[in-house]
Amino acid sequence: MDKMPAWADAVLVPLISLLLAAILSALVILAIGESPAEALSLMIEGALMRSTGWGYTLYYTTNFIFTGLAVSVAFHARLFNIGGEGQATLGGLGVALVVLYLPWPHWTLALVGASLGAAAFGALWAVIPAYLQAKRGSHIVITTIMFNFIAAALLNYVLVNLLKPAGAMDPASPLFPPATHLPTFQDMFAPEGSTLFRGALANITFFLALIASVAVWLLIWRTRLGYEIRALGHSESAARYAGISPVRIIIVTMLISGGLSGLMAVNTTMGESERLVMNATEGAGFIGIAVALMGRNHPVGVLLAAILFGFLYQGGAELALWTGIPRELIVVIQALVILFTGALDNMVRTPLEKLFLAMRKGKA
Amino acid sequence: MDFPTLLQVLDSTVRLATPLLLACLAGLFSERAGIFDIGLEGKMLMAAFFSAAVAAMTGSVWLGLLAGIAGSMALSGIHGLASITFRGNQLISGVAINFLAAGLTVLIAQHWFSQGGRTPSLIGAGRFTGITLPFAESLSTIPILGPIYSELISGHSILVYVAFACVPLTWWVLYRTRFGLRLRAVGEAPEAVDTAGVSVIGLRYAAVAICGLLCGLAGAYLATGLQAGFVKDMTAGRGYIALAALIFAKWRPWYALWACLLFGLLQAVALRYQNIDLGGVVIPVQVMDALPYILTVIILAGFVGKAIPPRAGGEPYVKER
Repeated sequence: MDKMPAWADAVLVPLISLLLAAILSALVILAIGESPAEALSLMIEGALMRSTGWGYTLYYTTNFIFTGLAVSVAFHARLFNIGGEGQATLGGLGVALVVLYLPWPHWTLALVGASLGAAAFGALWAVIPAYLQAKRGSHIVITTIMFNFIAAALLNYVLVNLLKPAGAMDPASPLFPPATHLPTFQDMFAPEGSTLFRGALANITFFLALIASVAVWLLIWRTRLGYEIRALGHSESAARYAGISPVRIIIVTMLISGGLSGLMAVNTTMGESERLVMNATEGAGFIGIAVALMGRNHPVGVLLAAILFGFLYQGGAELALWTGIPRELIVVIQALVILFTGALDNMVRTPLEKLFLAMRKGKA
Repeated sequence: MDFPTLLQVLDSTVRLATPLLLACLAGLFSERAGIFDIGLEGKMLMAAFFSAAVAAMTGSVWLGLLAGIAGSMALSGIHGLASITFRGNQLISGVAINFLAAGLTVLIAQHWFSQGGRTPSLIGAGRFTGITLPFAESLSTIPILGPIYSELISGHSILVYVAFACVPLTWWVLYRTRFGLRLRAVGEAPEAVDTAGVSVIGLRYAAVAICGLLCGLAGAYLATGLQAGFVKDMTAGRGYIALAALIFAKWRPWYALWACLLFGLLQAVALRYQNIDLGGVVIPVQVMDALPYILTVIILAGFVGKAIPPRAGGEPYVKER
């Protein structure tokens, strides 16, 4: 017998956790002498009430969908991929190399090529920790953390010593050719002369992220591989008895996870900066953890959580612009979400389970 | 490289290894008791901020140190609550703590000082200054040994000596006291400790508290000894390097000392030289930055001596009924 109904597990528990995180965030805002209500209305005004705000919100959302999916695919196999940051960094390198060194006649082809490059480089950066976990038992959390730092150093080296145009000061690659310019929301949706989505960063990669969400749903719940991934996550010994090779599943899962993280770089590198810069990931790899936890590892949940974090990011930028609240407020909120939906899950779950059990006893 | 330059690099190694060593020993206590802690970075950062902030406001570095320890131990309390009491995922809790510290320090710093997320520079009694050991002046004229004593060993702040003293102390506590035996047991086989009538929860909380204390010292040294004040994200991955050192040291105190000195040396060399030219082969500075992490991955992979973590590490303990 389940301890509580499925809807309570999927919706109620995360909602209560989120509420707790929100209350604490409001207290933090109060503590630094600002009004939480005013802050919230400013954030909504800046992120959701204008099309440009939505354009920024959905740009951030795109990043968080990719990294959130990456973390949740790994979670299904009970692997904690904390290396989304490094995998996305490498993904950016993949995008830059593909776009800079191959001649692209049109952005559609360039988008396909860049996506393949990003996914391949991200997957490559995840496969070494995966192999070490599967074959040598090295804890994947530690190795992926280490690989984040190694990726940062590697990118730094490549940018400064190899990709930087001669004479340029800042460590960045040359600008991508104009033919590879991805259409933004303004290009796609704004009629001539309209200000719809003006200057916003959201671009066609958003739809790539939506496709990735559907693909991940199909993979996890509608394919044999997905079944094997979940079986391994539920019980390694049971999976082994069922003839599933843990080594193969761990490596394949991390390849997919790393590939998804890498894809994020298409949005930041090709869609936004149009050249490879240092720290293009801006911590999105880590936000993927919060998004996956809040979204309960389901693509629909990940999408909703990614939109929420996209809103927080854009709203946070507005706050920093108009009030004395620094952008770091978002980092605090993110920490509280991870804390309550991830680490303190049992704090909410156990009392709820008791409550549902008591209600059921009352009925019987 | 001539002798005075070598001394300078080694001197800077000692300074840079100190926060790593304190954080590494902090992690050692926690992980030996079965509580994984990837939140060392956040605790150091919190301690760095509160020590610098209180030292700036009161003018006393000692009050700052206390505040730093308190800040770090508050985060330890959250980690304990999540991973011991509510049996949550210790890794996720650690991640949350790192972000909490990264955000809160800047938020509070901006609210208190309005200097863009930093504290005012510490002056005078607001900083830990170097201690000149006895006879450092008079012995400095002796060749080789004199400068080593007066420049390398003497002249550091009190926390450096505390950090190095913590190594034998940790060894003694872990291997020569009843508490240490139980602490190691609780990381390997908590059910056995429980059967013996000793509180697993109590021991683990004690370990997490010691971890908070040592991270507090590490952070306070960063902001009030190594540098003069807090700046945003000033730990700059040191918590993770300490974690790497801990694995490199295979969770043992003396090895931890050598691992931290090695990683400190890498940092010192990277700080002093940009690219190193070894007779035609140029080692870029990025290799120095990445080397601690690469070495740790190699050690973890078990190609050069296997690092085996405490057996019950990361597992919440559920009492049998």
